[in-house]
Amino acid sequence: MKHRRWLVPTLYILFLMLPVYWLLNMSFKTTNEILGGFSWFPADFTVDSYVKILTDPTWYMGYVNSIIYVVLNTVISVSFALPAAYAFSRYRFLGDKHLFFWLLTNRMAPPAVFALPFLQLYSAMGLFDTHLAVALSHCLFNIPLAVWILEGFISGVPREIDETAYLDGYSFPRFFTKIFMPLIGSGIGVTAFFCFMFSWVELLLAKTLTSVEAKPIAAVMTRTASTSGYELGLLAAAGVLTIVPGAIVIYFVRNYIAKGFAMGRV
Amino acid sequence: MTLELRNVSKSVGVEEHIRDVSLTLEKGSLNVLLGPTLSGKTSMMRLMAGLDRPTTGDILVDGKSVVGMPVQKRQVAMVYQQFINYPTLSVYENIASPMRVSGRDKGTIDKKVRAAAELLKLTPFLDRTPLHLSGGQQQRTAIARALVKDAGLVLLDEPLANLDYKLREELRVELPRLFGESGAIFVYATTEPHEALLLGGKTATLSEGRVTQFGATIDVYSRPADLITAQTFSDPPLNVVPMEKRGSQLSYDGKSIAAPAETGGLPDGTYKVAIRPHHLLLRPPAGAAIQVEASVSTTEITGSESFIHVEHDGLRWVALTHGVHRVEIGDRVPVYLDPAGFLVFDEDERLVAAPSSYVAPPRNAMGA
Repeated sequence: MKHRRWLVPTLYILFLMLPVYWLLNMSFKTTNEILGGFSWFPADFTVDSYVKILTDPTWYMGYVNSIIYVVLNTVISVSFALPAAYAFSRYRFLGDKHLFFWLLTNRMAPPAVFALPFLQLYSAMGLFDTHLAVALSHCLFNIPLAVWILEGFISGVPREIDETAYLDGYSFPRFFTKIFMPLIGSGIGVTAFFCFMFSWVELLLAKTLTSVEAKPIAAVMTRTASTSGYELGLLAAAGVLTIVPGAIVIYFVRNYIAKGFAMGRV
Repeated sequence: MTLELRNVSKSVGVEEHIRDVSLTLEKGSLNVLLGPTLSGKTSMMRLMAGLDRPTTGDILVDGKSVVGMPVQKRQVAMVYQQFINYPTLSVYENIASPMRVSGRDKGTIDKKVRAAAELLKLTPFLDRTPLHLSGGQQQRTAIARALVKDAGLVLLDEPLANLDYKLREELRVELPRLFGESGAIFVYATTEPHEALLLGGKTATLSEGRVTQFGATIDVYSRPADLITAQTFSDPPLNVVPMEKRGSQLSYDGKSIAAPAETGGLPDGTYKVAIRPHHLLLRPPAGAAIQVEASVSTTEITGSESFIHVEHDGLRWVALTHGVHRVEIGDRVPVYLDPAGFLVFDEDERLVAAPSSYVAPPRNAMGA
């Protein structure tokens, strides 16, 4: 049995990677080959799908739009969650524990429920089809998440460090930016990653609140039906490119992610 | 500066952490706050530092109330029991931090940081971050930061409690000297009576949020005002023996001896006599002593000294003897109550007589 130890993890990874491989496989095939039958490797290897996506503005602007609202959302979420998390960690006030738990319950409702009120509100305020609209709507689930993760990291820093800084003469803003934020840098990184990821994969609100100017990549992908049917190769290539930003961000925070999970807040 | 606490109380919720404390700390003085855990030492330091606000009462610096003044504006430095430094900054920047904030010029900062680092033997570690240092080095970094600040009030909250024995010895000697030159009010909290004695200066004994006595350390030790102070200032625990005074005789357990001269003016009656462990003897002293038979319940042998815990008539006592003293648990041994060490308290537990020739005991070799 001992020398078969590798078997289970290998099978696990194989099954895990199969859909990803298949997506990659498809993206290098022509649509005809995809529809033609089963093949493990592209017989007629082509990068046409990628070339089309990266040269056609209607395609690549989808990525640009997505990235704009995701980054915007990450910045808003982290900068609002940071002071909130600090307050939850350091101060006692009436109903603090209830409020903290209530934040979590915000994540219990499916975002779809809020699609209609957001659509109506943003249309009325002239925010419809802007990057800000999507970024703000994603705060609905990202700010509570960010507060939860950050609170865990902040509570890991002894309160005495804050006090020592005040005794040393630091004002609160100076202490917060010079001493405290570097201290929980990894926490901020992990939080930013999760905000990025959840905003990146959210489709329903993003599609509902945009039409042309801020159309996300997922919405672009649904509009590839043509007279010749779906362009499957193109869709697969778009899918592969959708995975890429997440993979890049994961690479940068890989060492801190485990810590974020270990805090039990994700 | 002079720091005065005037009828200060501090409650958190329903718990009273500090009860009606009045204390005046003079410029350039060394003050020890002595008390067991949860007696209010840290609460009191936080009030002095301005980190907490008293519930009632007033805190004055040079006669002016400082209640409500932000911590940043006070001239206070504090060292915690836990090693508190800024983990992201180098040791150099950690020490320089208070001066950087107050906007001193680079040359002065560099000179003072290097001088403090030299004093505290941190020079080789200036470029490292605190988490790459040993506990002792981390605490020395915190002390160096407090030192360069030139604060009028230096608060040390059990700064040596988490350090190893050797380092404690070293720093305990160094600390008063380091801060003594600055003319600051130096406040040192500790749970260990012998640490208070070694530091000297003045001692305030704390019990359940109250200051039970404040005075020169050696006076508080040799003439504790009440039983609770004596108990706070005794480690291992004080032995308390109820005794009967009749004329010039003190008696316990049917045995009596001539009462010490100091008790001369006291009326007849029942007194609580406290005997420090080194006056509870296992061998007969030169003079007269009350001899009772007690059974051994535990022994702690440290090498140069042995602590023998005995039980007599439902009372638990500790005797401190020199060298290794071999007795078995359950043995019945003679125990001698030496009148040379009788601290006599009345029914209200106020001190009524103490040995006039009270000699401080040899340092407790357990170090704890």
